[in-house]
Amino acid sequence: MSELNSKIPEGQLQEKWQHYKEHAKLVNPANKRKLEIIVVGTGLAGASAAATLAEQGYKVKAFCFQDSPRRAHSIAAQGGINAAKNYKNDGDSVYRLFYDTIKGGDFRAREANVYRLADVSRNIIDQCTAQGVPFAREYGGLLDNRSFGGTQVSRTFYARGQTGQQLLLGAYGALERQIGLGNVTMHSRHEMVELVTIEGKARGIIARNLITGELEKHFGHAVLLCTGGYGNVFFLSTNAMGSNVTAAWKAHKQGAYFGNPCYTQIHPTCIPVTGDYQSKLTLMSESLRNDGRVWVPKTKEDSEAIRKGTKKAEDIKEADRDYYLERKYPSFGNLCPRDIASRAAKEVCDEGRGIVPSGFGVFLDFSDAINRLGIDVVKARYGELFPMYQNITNEDPLKTPMKIYPAVHYTMGGLWVDYELMTTVKGLYCLGEANFSDHGANRLGASALMQGLADGYFVLPYTIGNYLADEIFVKPIPTDHPAFVEAANSAKERSENLMSIKGKRTVDDFHKQLGKIMWEYCGMARTAEGLTKARKMIQELRNEFWSDVRVPGELNEFNPEFDKAGRVADFIELGELMVIDALNRNESCGGHFRVESQEGGEAKRDDENYAYVAAWEFKGVEADPVLHKEELKYENIKLAVRSYK
Amino acid sequence: MKFYLKVWRQKSDKVAGKLVDYTIDNINADMSFLEMIDVLNDDLIRKGEDPIAFDHDCREGICGMCSMYINGRAHGPHHAATTCQLYMRTFRDGDTIYVEPWRAKAFPAIKDLTVDRSAFDRIIARGGFVSVNTGQAQDANNIAVEKASAEKAMDAAACIGCGACVAACPNSAAMLFVSAKISQLALLPQGGPERTLRALGMIDQMDKEGFGNCTNIGACEAECPKEIKLTNIARMNREFLKATIVEE
Amino acid sequence: MAKSALFTSSIGKKFLMGLTGLFLISFLIVHASINAMIWFNDGGVTFNKYAHFMGSNLIVRTMEIGLFLGLILHVVDGLWLYKLNREARPVKYAYNDEGTNSSWYSRSMAILGTLILLFLVLHLANFWVKTRITGIEQFGVDAEGQENLFAVMQAVFQSPIIVVIYVAGCFSLFWHLLHGFKSAFQTLGLNHVKYNEAIAVLGIAFSIIVPIVFALMPVSILLGWVR
Ligand SMILES: Cc1cc2nc3c(=O)[nH]c(=O)nc-3n(C[C@H](O)[C@H](O)[C@H](O)COP(=O)(O)OP(=O)(O)OC[C@H]3O[C@@H](n4cnc5c(N)ncnc54)[C@H](O)[C@@H]3O)c2cc1C
Ligand code: HEM
Ligand code: SF4
Ligand code: FES
Repeated sequence: MSELNSKIPEGQLQEKWQHYKEHAKLVNPANKRKLEIIVVGTGLAGASAAATLAEQGYKVKAFCFQDSPRRAHSIAAQGGINAAKNYKNDGDSVYRLFYDTIKGGDFRAREANVYRLADVSRNIIDQCTAQGVPFAREYGGLLDNRSFGGTQVSRTFYARGQTGQQLLLGAYGALERQIGLGNVTMHSRHEMVELVTIEGKARGIIARNLITGELEKHFGHAVLLCTGGYGNVFFLSTNAMGSNVTAAWKAHKQGAYFGNPCYTQIHPTCIPVTGDYQSKLTLMSESLRNDGRVWVPKTKEDSEAIRKGTKKAEDIKEADRDYYLERKYPSFGNLCPRDIASRAAKEVCDEGRGIVPSGFGVFLDFSDAINRLGIDVVKARYGELFPMYQNITNEDPLKTPMKIYPAVHYTMGGLWVDYELMTTVKGLYCLGEANFSDHGANRLGASALMQGLADGYFVLPYTIGNYLADEIFVKPIPTDHPAFVEAANSAKERSENLMSIKGKRTVDDFHKQLGKIMWEYCGMARTAEGLTKARKMIQELRNEFWSDVRVPGELNEFNPEFDKAGRVADFIELGELMVIDALNRNESCGGHFRVESQEGGEAKRDDENYAYVAAWEFKGVEADPVLHKEELKYENIKLAVRSYK
Repeated sequence: MKFYLKVWRQKSDKVAGKLVDYTIDNINADMSFLEMIDVLNDDLIRKGEDPIAFDHDCREGICGMCSMYINGRAHGPHHAATTCQLYMRTFRDGDTIYVEPWRAKAFPAIKDLTVDRSAFDRIIARGGFVSVNTGQAQDANNIAVEKASAEKAMDAAACIGCGACVAACPNSAAMLFVSAKISQLALLPQGGPERTLRALGMIDQMDKEGFGNCTNIGACEAECPKEIKLTNIARMNREFLKATIVEE
Repeated sequence: MAKSALFTSSIGKKFLMGLTGLFLISFLIVHASINAMIWFNDGGVTFNKYAHFMGSNLIVRTMEIGLFLGLILHVVDGLWLYKLNREARPVKYAYNDEGTNSSWYSRSMAILGTLILLFLVLHLANFWVKTRITGIEQFGVDAEGQENLFAVMQAVFQSPIIVVIYVAGCFSLFWHLLHGFKSAFQTLGLNHVKYNEAIAVLGIAFSIIVPIVFALMPVSILLGWVR
């Protein structure tokens, strides 16, 4: 096991970042102009980084697969963004946000990173407000906050139910400004399909122009991956259809270690699956649990009757209902953290008490709230959500309880990065949801937006100088360099392979099958036996994919089906790694629940053996990956059992 | 449910397109429109035909990627909804459904139902922002903003850049989109210092892209999935007046 | 974008439409008021008095030049915009259900305007050319010895065909105004939640009343309601 150097600066927790900034190397303005940086992904992390780097004077090339940087999946975030502003004077502080994040992550995140995140969170709000992000305000004209995701302070800033959209549009505006000024060249509808490394350093990418199919070679003195999460490995998730792991996976194959791939967040309040045709799952905001009560019938018979349609929710008497979250977690009740609420739902459904035809769904009931507050108050409080639910399901949650079930939502795992956000490949950085960094084994609500923007606006622009200062003598490498040619050829060969199979099964077919395996064996409850089985199934699936997939159309044209095929191929390989990681981690922590590791029905962490980050090194598609461990040292926080009882 | 589809097929912008007939059966009423197209595509692929290319991503009405002109309406018959938020229960069994791309000179065709909307990005690049570099900002609460203005700014900021306004407008005008951004930033003190430049720049680019001219027909407002109001266009006109007549 | 954008940009062209449109509306008020004098039913004496004033007063004659300029600007700009707007969508929708999101007359301003223009050509040939150029001496004088424009009117409106064309022209004007009136306010940025309702009501009232006044004239004369 080789050593992983996380490069955490010396000194007191509170001073590490300041100290780092004061001592990091700088690049002078004249030299910045000569340095080119590739930014793949223009979500919150990518757009903020690209804009900031361009403002600083670097030459930036940005890439995204959508038709515009404004459409990255960050746009879908509803709830809000945390910041330790303490505007509400309720005792919040940087330390408290830091502590909550570490605890929420079930003590599997790096102290120094999380503290820095909490620290810069305040600057994010300032920056975004200055950009014209229309955050919610109070009558006095100052910013409003709400409490979110079971924290005891109100630190969540929001812009109606469109916080992610507004933050992204702010960052997008900043990016477009730099594009207009000529400091950023934007490549929309481009997908990174290969990383180019020269002498161990990231030097560029191969990107497929999605309209013409051309494989383009792009040089950069450094490469940033800001390509989002990989929740779509489960096929059904709350992610956008195009969200993928391809860029990160290609980097992984070129030497970037993958950190904690098995950590997946499963969000408890999503609309249940209704049929095989379903393409994605829709998140219903967590805030619904503030007033909604989660329940299923006490008996299987009642549940069965509801599933069959012979009984309705209203027919079940109060005494025959099991408000299981309130029963099991009296102090947090319906507001317990996401991972816990999700598992509890699975449990009751596995017992046969689910209330939708598939068996996988529970009630989220607003009738008490309606009785207590009146229908108008409830309606006003959840203004956009109820109509949205009704539009999708054709049922009115004011009249009959909502039906919900957990769904894959966020991936805490990602490329391993050090304190500077550099991966194990020199000059290759990873930001936002694509890296593994700050959320440990479970992410708190409203913290992903914070992390993406922290990385892009306030962390990377400082840390990258430390690397680039030594690169100023490197002239732009012409893209006819053998490394570029080789990378392009390998991408081409792979594409042609895919096209030449001309099998019988569609790409979605494989994707759905992979999703089912992942959900069944690497979802909310994982066992050694199941994971072992799953690994075999995935390997078989991979072989079948490469011999029986059918990709229509041509390579040299706009061909979304081909793009999908490439992504699914990578998901299959990633799926195997997730299973391996889940099997290795024989403990339960955060979103990762090993059935073998529990105590009194609750997840049991094993700090003695697993207080580390699992960083996996790629050794070949057929070969076992190699595990590298980064010990997690807690110097400021005492490890404790996370209890919400 | 069974449907008769007439879908616009066009290999690329270099060749002409045409409507092609498809019949599709066994459609579940709870499917979204895009899921129905997924099913059709799955079918086409199995039959060895080219699937229909269309833009989509979030499938929950926020990314602005989906863009179909369904039965003569931008995003289909639903009010205040995107294509991905349209469900098959809206139609009657046996309906004939026309599916076309957004049509405008400024949105050149790419393939089938996919068009190039990068003109919107270029308009934003001419002023759809506040010029504040990272790290320059003062404390967020140093400037108080009247709640009513903030709410109106948010109303305008809700635009998802889908282009339905252009598609629905008989003149292919982009004024609703452009005015939404100009309004958002005009309503907030943070956008104040750049008002003149912003209005002139964005409108100039809008014209260069070849969008049509507003005649206040209001189809854009009626079809906008985010209910952006015509009031914004009036506000943009005022901003423009101020910039050209009042400012030095 | 230079400040000259005031005239060259899309919004500048719209302003011109709005301004000239409102200007033409103001003219319609004057025109309709004077025409209404025929209903004094005094053999056109009052009417002829005002008509004479309009035809001889220097200020009014100067304004008339402005009126023509305004009309020409409105027409040229309107048709130019129409052309640009058609070019903005080279490929038409195969199936378009516009009726659900907008009114047909708001979509038909150019056609309605052109109809008005055709009507205007006829109208000017009927009256303006005669009064200002060829002269109307042959129609004699009225009871007070004034130039008798009223008599010209009586002569022209004996033809049912002309009356029908005039009424049709008024219909075009009605629809043109029904959209144009409030549209002009929107174009000029005069949109305010507090006043929109009032503008809308005023617009509807105006677009009904003015064309009716205009249409009633030929009808009244043809049917002999006024003499
Ligand atoms: C429904 C939903 C609601 C959420 N709500 C909240 C919330 O309330 N609060 C919160 O804090 N977090 C929330 N999250 C999580 C949060 O939104 C995301 O984690 C975060 O926005 C990710 O940002 P990002 O910049 O890392 O990635 P993304 O925004 O996903 O951006 C990825 C970018 O990478 C590009 N890309 C990807 N692959 C490639 C490739 N191969 N080549 C080229 N480009 C590529 C894409 O085009 C895109 O530009 C929510 C997530 C979802 C799904
Ligand atoms: C007395 C006659 C007329 C009056 C009072 C009148 C009035 C108006 C008004 C108020 C508008 C709305 C302007 C705006 O939206 O800002 C308008 C629009 C328009 N008019 Fe006229 N008009 C008249 C004659 C004509 C004629 C003769 C034409 C010739 C073709 C014409 C063509 C148009 C067109 C095309 C528009 C829509 C263009 C736009 O709104 O940008 N109009 N008119
Ligand atoms: S204004 Fe409405 S229709 Fe136009 S782009 Fe924005 S959201 Fe779409
Ligand atoms: S797919 Fe995102 S808005 Fe429809």
